[in-house]
Amino acid sequence: MPDDFSEPLVRLQAITKRFGSFTANDNVDLELRKGHIHALLGENGAGKSTLVKILYGLLAPTSGTILFAGTPVTMTDPRAARALGIGMVFQHFSLFENLTVAENIALVLPASLSRAALYEQIAAIGERYHLRLEPARMVWSLSAGERQRIEIARCLLQDPQVLVLDEPTSVLTPQEADGLFITLNQLKDEGRALLYISHKLEEVRYLCDHATILRLGRVVETCVPKDHSARELAQLMVGTQIAEVKPQVSQHVGEMRMAVKGLSLAPDQTHGVTLKNIELQAHAGQVLGIAGIAGNGQSELFAALSGERLSGNAQSIFMDGKAVGNRDINARRALGAAFIPEARFGHAAVGDLTLSENVILSQHAHGLVKAGFLRRRAARAQAARIVEDYDVRKTGDDPLARTLSGGNLQKFIFGRENSSKLRLFVIDQPTWGVDARAASTIRRAIVDCAAAGTAVVVISQDLDELFEISDQICVIHEGHLSAAVPASGTNRAEIGLQMTGGMNGV
Amino acid sequence: MTSEFVQAVLLTILTSSIPLILAAIGELVAERAGVLNLGVEGMMICGAVSAFIGAYDTGSALIGAACGILAGALLAAVFGLLAIYLAVNQVAAGLALTIFGLGISGLIGKSYVGLKLTNASHLHLPWLSDIPYVGQILFGEDYFVYAAFALVLGVWLWLNKTHAGLQLRAVGDNHTSANTLGLDVQAIRLWAVLFGGGCAGLAGAYLTLAYTPFWSPGMTAGRGWIALALVVFASWQPWRLVLGALIFGGATILQLQAQALGVRIPSQLLSSVPYLATILALILLSVSKRGKANAPASLGQAFIADK
Repeated sequence: MPDDFSEPLVRLQAITKRFGSFTANDNVDLELRKGHIHALLGENGAGKSTLVKILYGLLAPTSGTILFAGTPVTMTDPRAARALGIGMVFQHFSLFENLTVAENIALVLPASLSRAALYEQIAAIGERYHLRLEPARMVWSLSAGERQRIEIARCLLQDPQVLVLDEPTSVLTPQEADGLFITLNQLKDEGRALLYISHKLEEVRYLCDHATILRLGRVVETCVPKDHSARELAQLMVGTQIAEVKPQVSQHVGEMRMAVKGLSLAPDQTHGVTLKNIELQAHAGQVLGIAGIAGNGQSELFAALSGERLSGNAQSIFMDGKAVGNRDINARRALGAAFIPEARFGHAAVGDLTLSENVILSQHAHGLVKAGFLRRRAARAQAARIVEDYDVRKTGDDPLARTLSGGNLQKFIFGRENSSKLRLFVIDQPTWGVDARAASTIRRAIVDCAAAGTAVVVISQDLDELFEISDQICVIHEGHLSAAVPASGTNRAEIGLQMTGGMNGV
Repeated sequence: MTSEFVQAVLLTILTSSIPLILAAIGELVAERAGVLNLGVEGMMICGAVSAFIGAYDTGSALIGAACGILAGALLAAVFGLLAIYLAVNQVAAGLALTIFGLGISGLIGKSYVGLKLTNASHLHLPWLSDIPYVGQILFGEDYFVYAAFALVLGVWLWLNKTHAGLQLRAVGDNHTSANTLGLDVQAIRLWAVLFGGGCAGLAGAYLTLAYTPFWSPGMTAGRGWIALALVVFASWQPWRLVLGALIFGGATILQLQAQALGVRIPSQLLSSVPYLATILALILLSVSKRGKANAPASLGQAFIADK
């Protein structure tokens, strides 16, 4: 066990960062020691990303000092941070899709390095840290886990003293995450200092030696995570109690609201996924969860279910017994369906339109447009109702959608689409990038919606979420959808294995 | 058909494709860095008039060509300042550049209209240049032709085999990631745009120094636009660009030959063949998936670093 009282390798002192009148980091202190994994905990918007960007030279602090090995340093750009020995693995990878793995890595290495030497170095680092890499592959063809390995290898080739990882497991299957933990522990044993950013508390308790918890830009606690329960840590992060969502076990399976039969669809995007012979049934009063790692056909499936893309075969999708395979999203809405896509801006909502205008976008058939003219007053009243019902926090009367935080906008979109008359509700990634409290509100609302008799289909990457709200769970992998099983009859490990294709055809 | 006739046709196809190759290879580099510069036509015409003035006043074609390159790069610098550093909309800035270039070139060249220049010197290698059918084409061209092919080869090598070329492709693929890796996105883009401007200027210089030895306003006649389409047609690959330029050059010559032979199609329609071919090629490309796949992912987007 390394000495806890040694001089920290990196010391952030009283870091403050302001964007205009908004304070993202307020007087934050943080110490990183050799041979330790330090966790940075906090909700979305707590200031984790800002702090890390300051540590990596991407942002300049408004005030405060950074000490590296005891000496104050000023980092003007990432190059300076790297020269000091600070490496970073980003949550949204900083990779180049149209370059090969080797080219992505070559970008940070000296220009003089020959191709043979480059391949040799990649092989050596892969061997040493169990990072399987295929240097000649194009990045766009790789899974999230493979991409992360490139990022980590690229960092390690520069032999960093400090390694920062921003929510590294958010895109990984449980099995891939276990592989990552082995690598991280090895790096720790080599005496490097690691900063591990996450909001997955069990993971942090298992992996990290120390934790700094941020809330609203301030440090609320520095502690040893193993000494606290996940629930205690969560309360420190959020500041209030989080209600747990408990789905009531459905007594009976309701009528079938949507049936997908042998749906196959080629992608319309260059690097898209082909849907292969999809079979799916959604029943009234039930939540059907669709698990899967990002990029396995979720958005393609959503587009097919919503009618944004038509398969060309009317008999591939039925709603309430009617063949709707050739009917577009408006026709399906008219039959009592609602849809929430993954991307909030540009798909679910328009950032530069006001909330009431965003209501009109998908509800124009419900009396908000008369003879081609907008009924603004009715739209505003409806927007106000949604804001009230779903506790949407906003500034101003009818603000632009982009001024809302992710969680509040998602609540608003959910409220816009939800109604008591809904027969079918399809939601893609309902709580992606949403803070814990809003996520809990939305999950509660999903379960309530099913309890009121709606058939709900939820596509999500978050296994915890799916197990919390689903009655039935299936897995999408490379465009194949597995048969749905009762959520109570399976577990995380089994679903995780299917997410990697490990149980294909079983 | 006689050897002379075939040689003459092939020669005219080649020479009419040279300005397209020159302008397009420069634009290709700019676009691979993620910058869409619609000002090619404007930079080209300014290159044409500057080259003519330079060559006429000094009597040196070399100085003329240098003036053309400089004029193109100067206009590109204005564009770069606006589109890269001030993050002005690239389409608007590029269109403005074309309109400005067409106007200012007419003003600068006013007193040079109607003057004539002696032609650029041609390579002549005994024996080789006299080989039937291809001798004149391979070994008897003006120096611009060789410069154009050397540029294509150089750009291909540079993009694919050098570290700097890799950095440029990275910037065009994802400027945010490039910035986090410590690349100077804006500087790399500026150099790419300046190179593009220099090439467009050289393409213009070719028109007044070698293709037609005089200056007349608007003489680029839409070649800058064809060059822009060519980059898309070539899927941003240097060698396909040569192929495309030869096809468009061929279309130009074909319509001239057809007019000369008295084909009973209105001459206006025939003159529009190269442009129609451009539109057709672009439609075919946007329908096919492969065409879109190669587009630099951050093409046309301004990069603003937050600090």
